[in-house]
Amino acid sequence: MTVFSNIEKYESNTAVIFEDQQVDYATFVAHTQKVADVIGERCLVFLVCSNTYAALTGYVSFLRNRIVPLMINHTMNPEMFEKLKENYQPKYIWQPKGFSEGNSIYDFYGYELICCKGEDYPLVEDLALLLTTSGSTGSPKYVKQSYKNIKANANSIIEYLDVRSSDRAITTLPMSYTYGLSIINTHLLQGASIVLTEATVMQREFVNLIRKYNVNNFGGVPYTYEMLKKLHFEKLELPSLRYITQAGGKLGKELHSEFAKICNDKGMQLIVMYGQTEATARMSWLPWDKTVEKCGSIGIAIPGGRFSLIDVEGNEIQDSEIVGELVYRGENVTMGYASSGEDLILGDERGGLLETGDMAYMDADGYYYIAGRKKRFLKVYGNRVNLDEVENLLKEIGYETAVAGEDNHVKIYAVNGSAEDIKGFLAQKTGLNMRAFEVLSIERIPRSDSGKVLYSELG
Amino acid sequence: MTNLEKYNEVFIRSFGVSEHELEELAYQSIEAWDSVGQVELVVELEKAFDVEMNPEDIIDFSSYKKGIELLKKYDIVM
Repeated sequence: MTVFSNIEKYESNTAVIFEDQQVDYATFVAHTQKVADVIGERCLVFLVCSNTYAALTGYVSFLRNRIVPLMINHTMNPEMFEKLKENYQPKYIWQPKGFSEGNSIYDFYGYELICCKGEDYPLVEDLALLLTTSGSTGSPKYVKQSYKNIKANANSIIEYLDVRSSDRAITTLPMSYTYGLSIINTHLLQGASIVLTEATVMQREFVNLIRKYNVNNFGGVPYTYEMLKKLHFEKLELPSLRYITQAGGKLGKELHSEFAKICNDKGMQLIVMYGQTEATARMSWLPWDKTVEKCGSIGIAIPGGRFSLIDVEGNEIQDSEIVGELVYRGENVTMGYASSGEDLILGDERGGLLETGDMAYMDADGYYYIAGRKKRFLKVYGNRVNLDEVENLLKEIGYETAVAGEDNHVKIYAVNGSAEDIKGFLAQKTGLNMRAFEVLSIERIPRSDSGKVLYSELG
Repeated sequence: MTNLEKYNEVFIRSFGVSEHELEELAYQSIEAWDSVGQVELVVELEKAFDVEMNPEDIIDFSSYKKGIELLKKYDIVM
């Protein structure tokens, strides 16, 4: 089994648009054959991703020819890259010229194929590609996706988004990120077009490309929508847009309802979705005509998928409005993780069932809402305590804190406030005994570049 | 505060530059003025002048000098 095995049937449809060039499917497919012919066997290749023709050609080439790419963003630092190479021992690297040192044996549109001397770890039959789950932190943990996963998820997305061969997407996300990749997968499988660009939504080039090529859709993470709001998207004239999608985190009720209204006014569809790399890409979607009524919801399971909610005992929750762990079943549930080349021979460990690690509940109409990450919940004296909520409660009365801990022991790392005041307040608010709380004083809360609290660095 | 003083103050605050660096300041002339920096700069200017700029102008707000020209469209004269 492979992916993209017969996209040449789209012949003269435009496949890719980049740097003012338009390439049809016949030409694109012919191009994809070149690097595969040089490699000539199933093996592991590092694919250094960028939104360029060469990167895309390489990606499709590998999937068509059962070569397995491990997708890396071109922004990865050289040290991390070397460490990854040691862990995985790829046989080749497909990279922008000069990205790393090595024996270059072929080049194409600014990319080169580096031949490595590797361990040549065996690859399990179904393994199609490897995607990071942790973004830029450089963890060697990668998600193993199978050919079946990719096809099943793409077909499901094509169905619920109604992706047509006349569609035209523009890239807004890295190819090494599952959401960005799913947009590419769905469009190519439908004979639609992709406009490749490295421009961000705030740049002149991005807007120009949408207008010049009549782009009719794009996707965005919450941050994208924050930027679009600051640009006053409602005033931006982009008549060719038919739909925009959102995933990659919770949009936030305010932004969700603002954009639902803007899209409605513009005659466009806003489709909010939820997923994880561990589920290939998507698990649920919020039908665009429900986006106002069910604002804040992640919607319903995608075609072919099924959700259930599990309580602390492991039993399925049947009633609405009860929070439990969200569990998903479907053909897009991936095989498992790899941390090194040795793990690539391992087969499917999940059997189509994924514990998402998110807590959620269902409303009376069967629409799901995320309540928080499982790791941000503790059990205190039999009660489920949401640590993010504790932080918010304290924030509302002026205390800057990061809250962590373990069951029956909530740890509040506070920049200001006395232990007595904080414990007293929380005991009163939560009804839990003050003994459950410990207050530790810190100078400042450790945060990542994107502003997220780094809980692992506390205490 | 005059309009020009207000304008300068936003730039100084947003980019951490000093007044004598303002004239030549432009998109990508300093690390802080990337596409995100530009959007955030405009958010601050909109607040300072109580105006809502339109997206085309926000996207084209590519330098300190250009900004002065663009703001004239909103009846904000330095």
